[in-house]
Amino acid sequence: MLERGEVANSWRRERWDSLRLLTPNWQSRLPGHGYDGPDPDGYMSMADVTGFIERYAGVIGAPVRTGTTVTSVRPAGDGYVVRTDRGEIGCRAVVIASGACNRPVVPEFAAAVPASVRQLTPFDYRGPADLVDGGVLVVGASATGVQLAAELRRSGRPVVLSVGEQVRLPRTYRGRDVLWWMAASGVWDQRYDEIEDLNRARSLPSLQLVGTPERATLDLNALMALGVEPVGRWAAVRDGVALFSGGLRNVFALADLKMERLLDTFDEWAREDGRADGAGPPERFAPTRVPSSTRLKLDLTSGEIGTIVWATGFRPEYGWLDVPVVDAKGRLRHDGGVVGAPGLYALGLPVLRRRKSTFIYGIEDDAREVVDHLAAYLGTR
Amino acid sequence: MTTVVNGVNVQALLDARQVLESAPEAAQFTWRATSKWENGVHSTVRIREYFGLGEEQSHKAEAVFDADHPETFAAEDNGITPIEYLLVGLASCLTAGVASVAQNRGIQLRSVESTVEGAHDVRGILGVDGDVRNGFNDVKVTFTIDADATRQEIEALVAQSQKRSAVFDALTNPTNVTVDVA
Repeated sequence: MLERGEVANSWRRERWDSLRLLTPNWQSRLPGHGYDGPDPDGYMSMADVTGFIERYAGVIGAPVRTGTTVTSVRPAGDGYVVRTDRGEIGCRAVVIASGACNRPVVPEFAAAVPASVRQLTPFDYRGPADLVDGGVLVVGASATGVQLAAELRRSGRPVVLSVGEQVRLPRTYRGRDVLWWMAASGVWDQRYDEIEDLNRARSLPSLQLVGTPERATLDLNALMALGVEPVGRWAAVRDGVALFSGGLRNVFALADLKMERLLDTFDEWAREDGRADGAGPPERFAPTRVPSSTRLKLDLTSGEIGTIVWATGFRPEYGWLDVPVVDAKGRLRHDGGVVGAPGLYALGLPVLRRRKSTFIYGIEDDAREVVDHLAAYLGTR
Repeated sequence: MTTVVNGVNVQALLDARQVLESAPEAAQFTWRATSKWENGVHSTVRIREYFGLGEEQSHKAEAVFDADHPETFAAEDNGITPIEYLLVGLASCLTAGVASVAQNRGIQLRSVESTVEGAHDVRGILGVDGDVRNGFNDVKVTFTIDADATRQEIEALVAQSQKRSAVFDALTNPTNVTVDVA
């Protein structure tokens, strides 16, 4: 196992200070290794997560070579040569487990933002104290965007939040964590080969959730109650002016409808005897309040906005992979983690084999199947 | 699913989607209109040819549109005002979307009607107040749909039709426009 930094490196170095896992503690488990603390319904801090993964590395005696950066992987003979900054390794099979979030994605028009406005990505952000005074424009309302918008607003700054497609969810539903419902009702076990539009499933925005001791919901209604000002999807910059879409109402409607359908799925599943023992009665949540009018433009030269935080998603980085298995959009071509080159495999990508593929506990089933394939491949050679 | 008849050939659209995924150049269309000043603020606009699927294409017949302004604008009212054509585009685009999405989702439609209202402060175009914009301040569309579906499913049809609407996008997002003199 090659690791460019330390075990759990991205959890240590590429996350903001206040971040907690979106999954409850009881759900954070790896084969033979689970949470045994006093707060099963809580959410791990980054220090907790790194400790958890470090302990797991110890439990399984993982042969991790830390401080080893892979600079290239290329086919050689009946296997691969992996070049690192600490020498070369020859191998017959390679499992790519470098994740889907290696680089923050920022739209091209970021280059047209006036130089007087500071721009940050989630990789640059640690906490509100890093920011200059003044207003903040947070772009994106998935998990990262809503969390940073709330934190920055609570620090006393005016916050404008540009909202595109989002996956609205309550933190708890019928008294249970919404992720309990995702797992128990089978939504998370839906397989990649049973999903009608797999491309879409793989590119869905992250769940609009936050892990807090209060188990609070952080949807647009909660953010507006904090005083965050929503605007539509950021479409362009013209002469230093940010232009936002006038389609915010429909973005809200789509998220509300989608959430309702998901809750219907949960309720339907729960109707069978015993399944929802101890859960509360079905709930429905208020539709997202649509402001009577939202700003369609914002002059970035006026000084109103001091900082832009791009919470516009992440992408994987395969610059080191000298095998023609990456498509024009920078995605790895694979069938359930079996990459289109013999002996090459992937794990930990969105909906790799199941909807839960990118969650800590979701890796287990995927890993078994991918490793079975890998073992069979090695066995027949 | 197969018994639903909304008159939309969804299979052809799904097939096209699959083909164009690997041939993005064929997906590049250019829509064209030519206009001619008649008199006063009256003009005629003709549409027939367009480009798409890698070659010149043509509608079955040429369509001719008169655009003018009403008598309240001291004009002859030979046709609807240009900004009303935006309402024509938006209503027809969203309606086509509702029908397509319904067909794809196996929902039988019985009637789909909509009312589109554009709130327009004409002080902008008249130059009365520089702070008033020239275009619509607000556009409101109200659908009345009779279909074999729940209210939630109907709302989802309307939401999805907006999500995939060319005219909704063109109205809600900025677009680069170049106007040259030949």
